[in-house]
Amino acid sequence: MAIPGGFWSTLSSPLVRQNPVTLQILGICSALAVTTSLDTALTMAASLTVVLVMSAGVVSVIRRHIPSTIRLIVQIIIVASLVIVIDQFLQAYFYDISKRLSVFVSLITTNCLVLGRTESFARSNPPLPSMIDALGNGLGYSLVLVVIGAVRELFGMGSLFGYPVLPTVDQGGWFTPLNLMLLAPSAFFLLGGLVWAIRSLRPEQVEAPEFEAPAVSEERA
Amino acid sequence: MADLNPISAWKRFLALPNESRTKTIGMAFIVAVVCAVLVNGATVILRPIQQQNRAAEQQMRLEALISAIPGMRELIDEAGGDALTTVVIDLDAGQAARDVTPETLEAALQDPGNWTTLSPAQDIAGLGARPDYAQVYILRDGEEVSLAILPIAGAGYNGTIRAMLALHGDMNTIAGLSVIEQSETPGLGARIEEPAWQLGFAGKRVMDDSGTVRFSVARGPASSEYEVDGITGATRTSNAMTGIVRFWLGPDGYGPFIQAVRKGEF
Repeated sequence: MAIPGGFWSTLSSPLVRQNPVTLQILGICSALAVTTSLDTALTMAASLTVVLVMSAGVVSVIRRHIPSTIRLIVQIIIVASLVIVIDQFLQAYFYDISKRLSVFVSLITTNCLVLGRTESFARSNPPLPSMIDALGNGLGYSLVLVVIGAVRELFGMGSLFGYPVLPTVDQGGWFTPLNLMLLAPSAFFLLGGLVWAIRSLRPEQVEAPEFEAPAVSEERA
Repeated sequence: MADLNPISAWKRFLALPNESRTKTIGMAFIVAVVCAVLVNGATVILRPIQQQNRAAEQQMRLEALISAIPGMRELIDEAGGDALTTVVIDLDAGQAARDVTPETLEAALQDPGNWTTLSPAQDIAGLGARPDYAQVYILRDGEEVSLAILPIAGAGYNGTIRAMLALHGDMNTIAGLSVIEQSETPGLGARIEEPAWQLGFAGKRVMDDSGTVRFSVARGPASSEYEVDGITGATRTSNAMTGIVRFWLGPDGYGPFIQAVRKGEF
């Protein structure tokens, strides 16, 4: 299961080549919900990366002693506990951002990206490679969130990190904010566009069609 | 003979096959205990900081609301630092609550007996149930109430909206509004947090001469003294704000309290 080429490739391959969001389409629920502005996207990305790395480390340390019958429950409990700790931490030290992230930090528990990495990688690898793999996947997820968050905030509000970049009409500038960018569908469009762009550049990521559409016969038509 | 040395017992436990029943239950137990300690530890250690954050925010909103009302800062400074009194009122009676104080309010509201379930016809703010007690802030000019700040809440489009509504002494003119908590769509409904929109509340009237609550958030620009400007693209949030203000100033909300203040009983 270990990826050949050492730690560097374990860390770097999930950034674009094996990106968990754009290639495997994992964890997109939160990727869509928290990307209306760059600071929430960044906080969410950091929280997920921390949870991912720590849960991969813990699961990997006890991997030889997890009974396979209850392995999913054990993994989910570890992930959920870490998520609660992170959520409490954000509420204590990043109160404003945690209010805007609301329920989505808690929902990291059910993020299939986290369970996917602990189940498929950390459970069968030593702690260090597992944590590096988790860090790589976390950074890959972060990259997508930051890109989408930046585009949505820039075109939806004309600002980045809350600082005005494009002067909006409200403030006497020329830029009319695109309200669509702040609504959930725009995240789908952007993510779809991103997947399309990456797969155009890297055709090996294109999946084989699962079935051919039957040709319409002349008589019926 | 049973080996009672804990270290060798631990080694024997780890050496058990993973599928054995003892190890399965043992592992589940150990993981659960460790996680419980972790979660509880974090919650207990961080709780004081979180409470400080909430209290600081409440205070900040209250002060922002007061300073946004024209002339209010001067009035309070004139009357002295602690001019704003905090009172817990019994909503049904419209009087100060006898046995609930601001300190015990939180505990009292834990008791479901202190909540009134609302019928769908009454429940225009989407609350489901309403607390029987509310903490309000009152500024007096001599004996007369010159300003009352009332917390209001209700269901918005995406979640609960909480706000503070300030009424002038006639209990009919709005002095200001400050949204404390909302999770509306950013850029659309969330614009209820913008000071520019909240300024529109100042000077609006709530009831007509017959005592019916007429206040509403308009569709588009306000056209009467009972209306504030609507927010384009946020009809549901605007309607929610209308419902919330109407509910809380109506007979099921602060109605009895407002009557009492008007009669000079408060």
